[in-house]
Amino acid sequence: MVEIVDLVKTYDKGTVTAVDHVSLSVKKGELFGLIGPDGAGKTSIFRVLTTLLLPDEGFATVAGLDVVKDYKQIRKLVGYMPGRFSLYQDLTVEENLNFFASVFNTTVEENYDLIKDIFIQIEPFKDRRAGKLSGGMKQKLALCCALIHKPQILFLDEPTTGVDVVSRKEFWEMLTKLKDQGITILVSTPYMDEATLCERIGLIQNGKILSVATPEEIIDQYPDPLYAIKSDAMGKLLKDLRNYTYIKTCNAFGEYHHISFKDSLADPVQGLVEFLRNENQKNIEIKEIKASIEDCFISLMN
Amino acid sequence: MEAEVVIKTDKLTKKFGDFIAANAISFEVYRGEIFGFLGANGAGKTTAMKMLCGLSRPSSGQASIAGFDIYKQTEEIKKNIGYMSQKFSLYEDLTVKENIDFFGGIYGLKSKDLKEKRDKLISTLGLEKEIKQLVGSLPLGWKQKLAFSVSILHDPKIVFLDEPTGGVDPVTRRQFWDLIYDASERGITIFVTTHYMDEAEYCNRISMMVDGEIKALDSPLNLKHQFGVETMDDVFYELARGAKRKGD
Amino acid sequence: MKQFLSFVKKEFYHVFRDKKTLLMLFGLPIVQITLFGFAMTNEVKNAKIVICDYAKDQASQEITRKFEANKNFKLQRSILSYHQIEREFQKENVKLAIVFPANFNEDLMHLKKVQIQIIADGSDPNTANTLQNYANSIIMDYQMELMNIQKLPYSINTEIRMLYNPELKGATTFVPGIMALVLMLICVLMTAVSIVREKEMGTMEILLVSPFNPFLVIVSKAIPYFLLSLVNLAVILIMAVTLLGMPIHGSLLLLVAESALLIICALSVGLLISNITKSQQAAMLISMMGMMLPILLFTGFMFPLENMPKALQLFSNIVPSKWYYIIVKSIMLKGLGFAAVWKETLILVGMTVFLLFLSLKKFKTRLE
Repeated sequence: MVEIVDLVKTYDKGTVTAVDHVSLSVKKGELFGLIGPDGAGKTSIFRVLTTLLLPDEGFATVAGLDVVKDYKQIRKLVGYMPGRFSLYQDLTVEENLNFFASVFNTTVEENYDLIKDIFIQIEPFKDRRAGKLSGGMKQKLALCCALIHKPQILFLDEPTTGVDVVSRKEFWEMLTKLKDQGITILVSTPYMDEATLCERIGLIQNGKILSVATPEEIIDQYPDPLYAIKSDAMGKLLKDLRNYTYIKTCNAFGEYHHISFKDSLADPVQGLVEFLRNENQKNIEIKEIKASIEDCFISLMN
Repeated sequence: MEAEVVIKTDKLTKKFGDFIAANAISFEVYRGEIFGFLGANGAGKTTAMKMLCGLSRPSSGQASIAGFDIYKQTEEIKKNIGYMSQKFSLYEDLTVKENIDFFGGIYGLKSKDLKEKRDKLISTLGLEKEIKQLVGSLPLGWKQKLAFSVSILHDPKIVFLDEPTGGVDPVTRRQFWDLIYDASERGITIFVTTHYMDEAEYCNRISMMVDGEIKALDSPLNLKHQFGVETMDDVFYELARGAKRKGD
Repeated sequence: MKQFLSFVKKEFYHVFRDKKTLLMLFGLPIVQITLFGFAMTNEVKNAKIVICDYAKDQASQEITRKFEANKNFKLQRSILSYHQIEREFQKENVKLAIVFPANFNEDLMHLKKVQIQIIADGSDPNTANTLQNYANSIIMDYQMELMNIQKLPYSINTEIRMLYNPELKGATTFVPGIMALVLMLICVLMTAVSIVREKEMGTMEILLVSPFNPFLVIVSKAIPYFLLSLVNLAVILIMAVTLLGMPIHGSLLLLVAESALLIICALSVGLLISNITKSQQAAMLISMMGMMLPILLFTGFMFPLENMPKALQLFSNIVPSKWYYIIVKSIMLKGLGFAAVWKETLILVGMTVFLLFLSLKKFKTRLE
């Protein structure tokens, strides 16, 4: 459905490279996540795919159509939700919806069943001006407006950024339901924990793709056994771990620190615990864990 | 060890007309603590923080920040705290050095002191080569780290951080938290709000605001036990689910 | 104190690193002084005049020579009959006509009293007054000369007639100017800002990624402003006519049609500005600063264009409101029809078409 080959996009007369030889593909009906921090190049890629920007090098196709030559046709079958809220603040929910329906030569009634589940959540506010909605409701409205013409493919650029945790969860539930309708969905997000909700993901940093696979595949590809460790003095623990020669990686992860060992030892845990006890660490708890997407991202970054 | 109380609030309230943004907030924060202040947008977090920083006058209730009264001594409060937010931290069209010098001057640092601290800051962050570069040209992660370091240039008692790590890559986020740990060990109290639930885990204690009130206040571990869940994410979800005010 | 100085130092950094502000800070005063310095003279030079000399005798020709020699006047031609005067004012843009009655010299010598008629273009009262004073002083000069030579009390009276504006109302100059100013400024500003606002808010992005032709977005914005500007026009006219006693001698329909043309021209300028600016602030700045000054200086209602240096006069030709001003005065004050203003109308149409073409070409179907 979407095919990107060796895409390059620069700004400021070539001084800033936002997209650095990116290649990936998305299958029809897939829920694909583009995961990466700010400045990774996610928005630039989306804008090239939605024909808003021209690539400097490489090419891309959407539904078999070239983003440069066939842009007019692409614009007919794509649904787009850009980064910040970009609907009309001084129009009501209903007015926005009707307007976008007519821009796409359709009516709200025609494709109502597609947006029904989402719309009933904001329906009580249908006469309220869009600018006065809460963050979560704005996102839902923007999603409805992007869907109203039954697009073949949906591009959602950071739809959950700045939205409260509850609305974020609800939003992803809605996306999964939409997938069942056969719509291909591309989502970009900086939140690593949302990666597991996608069918396939692309990890991106500084304009380069770190990895493209299913979440499970990426986790399986984590190079070493991973352990979670905690003690009574987490701040000191971090320093101690970094001082320990056999530690390969050590990253804080909230309640636990995640660590991996250098290859050489037979029973690395034993040696570590002894070392830590010598450093006066109390209540040491250590267990082997499966890597999370964030662990993989950090590992791929280095 | 007797913990010194640096922030104490007693039924602190802020009303805008009939709307009660923050409702009778009462809590204490201890010296050197990393205190997480969580809540959805619109729950009253920002309102509460503005009051604590001396930026907004409470409608009722009492509070003392770093030992100063929130009504009568707002200027002293401002001199003893640091502040950093995602929306604004440093001037993009000034260089690294100019920014440090400017804020040092604002905080009333003497030239010798300022030079010492500036040199230390630059070497800690490894910005020797970038010292004459405009801040606007730095990558986001470096900006955030620099902004934080500048906000504690004057060794304040408390530093308020408003969503400091938004949008930054996981490695830089952790480097940022390294800086926070360091500051906490030096005795600076950290008052931080964040959307990242794993960052809530780094805090010694957390408070959660829902609908203008503090609905939970405890260490992350205790909160997880209390709600019988595995992660802070789930704690937040349990508390926020019933909220009436969701989002801005 | 130290803190205060820190702030001052920082503000200097901000100012010097913002090239656009610097340009305005230093550039604008220089431009203004230059332009206003050159444009602002109340002196009138090279005003076109005609002489209708029924006498053709020694005295009348002597006075005519004086007029010819005077730098303030430019003798366009001598005409034979009084009836031709009207035509000269209408077609040739003549400002003043001098009429000598038959037997001028004879009456002067024998009766010691005679009358010259001075007819001035009252549609620009300030200029008319100035010219009238110049004319009077020339005639007085001659009268003085005569008296000195012949030691007799000669008296040459002048009968003044103001065409098109007998009561010399100031409104007649500035109301058409205000019409031009208001219509142009409002339309340019509103269109530019409205379009750029879509870009700034991000709604333009969504509209671009749709089958709807984005150029039609622009047109749809122009329509409310077009209609509202017509309402503005109606209000100005009503107020001018009722409160200021401004006449509408010509066809109201033609006036409205020409005004509609100016509005469309202004909308195209706004369109062009919106294509090249990214922020509403920039759009507002360019619209107001970039348009206000030329319109004020070069429309011709604040300072007469004939007095400006040639270079500035040439420049005024590309300011649409200049042509509109001429058209409006011709219709409202002189009661002329399309036949008199077809040239200016054609110029306006040409400008509009050119601007529309340019904005269409420059219109971006993508974000950069």
